[in-house]
Amino acid sequence: MDTVLDVKGLKAYYLMKYFGISREVRAVDDITMSIRRNEIYGIAGESSSGKTSLIKVLAAAMRPPLEVVDGSVRYHFNGEEIDPTTASKEDLKRIRWKHLSYIMQGSMSVLNPVRRIERTFADFAKEPLGLSGPAFRERVEQHLSSLKLPPSVLRSYPHELSGGMRQRVTIGLATVCHPEFIIADEPTTALDVVVQKEVLSMIREIQQKMGSSVVFVTHDMSVHANMADRIGIIYAGRLVEEGPTRQMFFAPKHPYTAHLVASLPRIGDTTQRPALEGKPPNLADPPPGCRFHPRCPLAIDKCRTDVPPLETVDTDHRTACWRWQDVRPLDGAPTGKMEAQL
Amino acid sequence: MTDLLEIRNVWKRFPMGGLLSRAHIDAVQDASFSLTADKPEIFTIIGESGSGKTTLARMILGLEQPSEGEILFKGQSVSRNMNREKRLEFMSQVQPVFQNPFEAFNPLKRIDRYLASTARQFLKTSDRAKIDAAMDDALQKVGLSLKEIAGRYPHELSGGQLQRCAIARALIPNPPLLIADEPVSMVDASLRMAIVNLLRSLRDDFGVSVIYITHDLATAYYISDRLIIMQKGRIVEMGDARVVLSDPEHPYSRLLKASVLSSEDAGQGKLATNPDMVAEANRLATMPSSRLQERPDGRLVRTYEGA
Repeated sequence: MDTVLDVKGLKAYYLMKYFGISREVRAVDDITMSIRRNEIYGIAGESSSGKTSLIKVLAAAMRPPLEVVDGSVRYHFNGEEIDPTTASKEDLKRIRWKHLSYIMQGSMSVLNPVRRIERTFADFAKEPLGLSGPAFRERVEQHLSSLKLPPSVLRSYPHELSGGMRQRVTIGLATVCHPEFIIADEPTTALDVVVQKEVLSMIREIQQKMGSSVVFVTHDMSVHANMADRIGIIYAGRLVEEGPTRQMFFAPKHPYTAHLVASLPRIGDTTQRPALEGKPPNLADPPPGCRFHPRCPLAIDKCRTDVPPLETVDTDHRTACWRWQDVRPLDGAPTGKMEAQL
Repeated sequence: MTDLLEIRNVWKRFPMGGLLSRAHIDAVQDASFSLTADKPEIFTIIGESGSGKTTLARMILGLEQPSEGEILFKGQSVSRNMNREKRLEFMSQVQPVFQNPFEAFNPLKRIDRYLASTARQFLKTSDRAKIDAAMDDALQKVGLSLKEIAGRYPHELSGGQLQRCAIARALIPNPPLLIADEPVSMVDASLRMAIVNLLRSLRDDFGVSVIYITHDLATAYYISDRLIIMQKGRIVEMGDARVVLSDPEHPYSRLLKASVLSSEDAGQGKLATNPDMVAEANRLATMPSSRLQERPDGRLVRTYEGA
């Protein structure tokens, strides 16, 4: 299988020392996953589940106190192997934007408010592309037109554009060098439904055209349903389930996933939806055993003491639950046909 | 029958540009609706950003004055020139809940101090036992208790708990009306339903009417009784929530419904929106003359002259 990214047993902790007392927050705890070429991999999880810390490691944007304690991260670009956690600054500079790029959440904080869009493009992409003057401009204009943006946006300042247009500009920035690997961190959370759909379809379109891999992070499961090829669910720093989108929605094998997909309200259905009781665990002091057990309806004694391993339950489908055989879709879960379009 | 809240042909016009500019923007145009006092309901305002839904909410709260038209709460006009006593009286009856609980609370101030000062202000008492009882009572309604909250700072609570505290604070004076401006858009998916179910139980068990402002059609369908859909300051469709959302009639409402991401067809990558729908909705937004027309099933739909 052609993989672009291999993550093995990755542990990244926030290590802090106050007055001689050291404290660690296990934001990413023993995550193993691989991302293939030409796929959209969705990462779901609530806030403070460690998904942003994972992304920081993958994007080589780690800053102390976040540190990799154990495990490895390996990218395969053009037959070249590179580890973003140990690579030198020069190597990272070489792969950034050309091979590895990043779409961030708030478009307003990415675009410099006092620089025209064309200047921002030049700052980011001129060097990696190696084009000068008119050729560079032509390339950028061409790329923007594929995102349905007129060339006039290049002369505008960020505040002159609408939220949807700004987000499309940041997508343009992240994709203008045709990178092989794109990390998108909640790119549509601040947008309205109509614009959100437009931006999502644009990311998908451009991914398919370039054949790159996208890691797509959001807590909104309905976005994952329509975007991702595969989904990984992160709970309290651990990967608890991973599988193809349809299986995750229609035959989940982890109680947390089953809850997530069943709690989505739908138009045409007013039955009472259950909310998950309890609160997300504190990562500085996570519960022993399976970290989901205090909120889990299926928990048994074994869950309170032993950490369940991530086992393969079906093709491409892995789950970390002692009782995965007993997990059934909950009331109100979507009922699509598993067989359709697989 | 008395109206709890009546909005009569309300306009809000903001000037744009500098001193010499005559440009203006109509954030809310000719909005009218009313909430009855007899039966509590969840009334939803749907619209994208810039549709005027927050401006409308601010006018109901008396934070903004309508340029034209009138807002009546229990038959009395909501206006800025109320005296302090009247204003307090009004505030104790209409309470807001805001979008982001992390911004609504000062991180250096304990949560119970917010609750206590609200209780002191509106119950006009400084008796510690009474204040504690009122706080606990309100927290019980949202599924928390004073014991859990006492002495805690905002960072010690999760987003969902914090939003519930914000709702508890609003419930202390026992208001008949709650204005919730996108209360779930900053809350995680797994906790979102807890907040939405809470709004539902406030209506059913405690008789509180809620004006629920959102752009999420799915939760709107789930909890609301009636709704209005706003586009660029104009109400384009109004009526029973289930009737309108099952079969929206106005092109903009249809566009909104078509843009909802469904989990039913997970994994099929259905993301294309029909560009004709977008164009049609945008065209209607610029049509100058229009009015709301009643349909046989009771809903009001905006119709355009010459369209």
